[in-house]
Amino acid sequence: MSTVTEVRWHGRGGQGAKTAAVLLAEAVSEAGKFVQGFPEYGPERMGAPVAAFNRLSDEPIHLHCHVSTPNIVVILDPTLIKGPQIVEGLADDGVVLVNSPRDPSELREVLGLGGGQRVFTVDASRIARETIGRDIPNMPMMGALLAVSGIMPLEELRAIMGQQLETKFKGKREVVEGNLKAIDRAIQEVQGA
Amino acid sequence: MTQVQAGVSQGRRVALTGNEAVALAMKQVEPDVVAAYPITPQTDIVQYFSSFVADGQVRTEFMTVESEHSALSACVGASAAGARCMTATSANGLALMWEVLYIAAGLRLPIVMAVVNRALSGPINIHCDHSDSMGARDSGWIQLYSEDAQEAYDNLLQAVRIAEHPEVLLPVMVCLDGFIISHSLENLEVLPDEQVRAFVGTYRPDVWLLDAARPVTMGPLDLQDFYFEHKRQEAEAMARAVPVIEEVAAEFGRATGRRYGFFEAYRMDDAEVAVLALNSTAGTARYVVDRLRRRGVRAGLLKLRVFRPFPQRALADALEGLAALAVMDRAEGLSTAGGPVFVEVRSALYDRARRPLTMNHIYGLGGRDVGPDQIEKVFDDLLQAVECGEVRRPVSHLGVRE
Repeated sequence: MSTVTEVRWHGRGGQGAKTAAVLLAEAVSEAGKFVQGFPEYGPERMGAPVAAFNRLSDEPIHLHCHVSTPNIVVILDPTLIKGPQIVEGLADDGVVLVNSPRDPSELREVLGLGGGQRVFTVDASRIARETIGRDIPNMPMMGALLAVSGIMPLEELRAIMGQQLETKFKGKREVVEGNLKAIDRAIQEVQGA
Repeated sequence: MTQVQAGVSQGRRVALTGNEAVALAMKQVEPDVVAAYPITPQTDIVQYFSSFVADGQVRTEFMTVESEHSALSACVGASAAGARCMTATSANGLALMWEVLYIAAGLRLPIVMAVVNRALSGPINIHCDHSDSMGARDSGWIQLYSEDAQEAYDNLLQAVRIAEHPEVLLPVMVCLDGFIISHSLENLEVLPDEQVRAFVGTYRPDVWLLDAARPVTMGPLDLQDFYFEHKRQEAEAMARAVPVIEEVAAEFGRATGRRYGFFEAYRMDDAEVAVLALNSTAGTARYVVDRLRRRGVRAGLLKLRVFRPFPQRALADALEGLAALAVMDRAEGLSTAGGPVFVEVRSALYDRARRPLTMNHIYGLGGRDVGPDQIEKVFDDLLQAVECGEVRRPVSHLGVRE
């Protein structure tokens, strides 16, 4: 079962956590792997905390429950960080990715990370404002995830995602380009500690 | 998980949600009539299908009605008139269909309905449990349960053939777990349109209301003189569905490489303890069985696919050799004697000289998440019962705050 990569997305309603999880699953599936992508449906509304999940694997996936032992935790909104509980269950060699302008080393303590766990930050909100025109941080966070996760070769996944955005936003050139620019900038700007 | 035989299928591997998979299967079947009313978490199915209609991808007569009672009533009318009909619903929508469920079955109308399992109110809840379809277990509908999107898709295609078989002529529910499957994107293999069309064929009813050459009456008053005989015939049709379900599964298996039966016995050959589950929890239980096997526990899983007709004898054959069995019910029957699956499975074992200790775990009500650790706890309960030689708590609630 070690071949399964589990991802848990934390965000607020409207930030695109579910869309990101579904898009990631579609892209990784397109590359020939087995995937799951699903949100935790609560009484969702704009601004309320939401979670979404991915399982990505070389083998068929049978588990049908929330991700409680993630390899990767993605935090779309830094105000959700109230302490280590947001990374609960994170694998000993797991990765945390935070939408934040701060230096990643500053977050290690508040997240209570162990020696083998790594944290990365990227100012996804700023990138989103500058590329998409609105603070919807899911696509830059996706870019950062592609860069640091090692799920698959970055170039391959980036190319598939480009095609998928083309299909999804057919005829809306500026939307596709804005999103791709957001992904590419985050790939460049993500910092680790 | 279905057994996949390499090299047979001409399918295409895709990633879809359970609801998308169901809507695609409906599109490929292209029924004559779909009448439906949206309800969470079934809504996507109706929404996608209405897009297929609007975009001219199907020629189905799509009836938007004002309630689920009307949706199924419209299907009853259209099916009686000789049309191939489908609908879909969840929870309170199914409850509102109640009286019409019995009418559809009693008139022997082969309607196919996707039931996206959701808890019945109240308190109001939109998430998964099986209180909706389990309540309809005695309505005369055949019930197929689906572990994942693949099985929901495959079951829906097989449901058409089972329902319309001249020896059966009963409506079929295809159940899948709300949100857990309906809204989760996962991989499945879908068939080419022409393969689906060839598999389901054209519906040619023997008796239909609009057949002016052979006029018939359907649904007239049927009192002390004949009602009983008609119910007896309905029960016989349900019994005749048993070989038909097997034949249709065998043909589907030859065409796709995916094998289905009344249930799947996973690592049961030498199992000492096992859980019995249906729908998505069976997948999580399979993961736990593998984990326990690596630790030397002789664990097994029995995944029930067909609850109506209930495979009493075959189940008893598969279960009698166990030392202990836990039946997982995602519905609280409120009988104080255990959930609906438990009482029937335990009854199936009654006549056996050799039978396992049995216990019932009611779980996951209202969408409460059930992970591998909780299912491992069920196996702990089983192993403890084997050790003591008795079951101290025959019925318990798993994962509930005490």
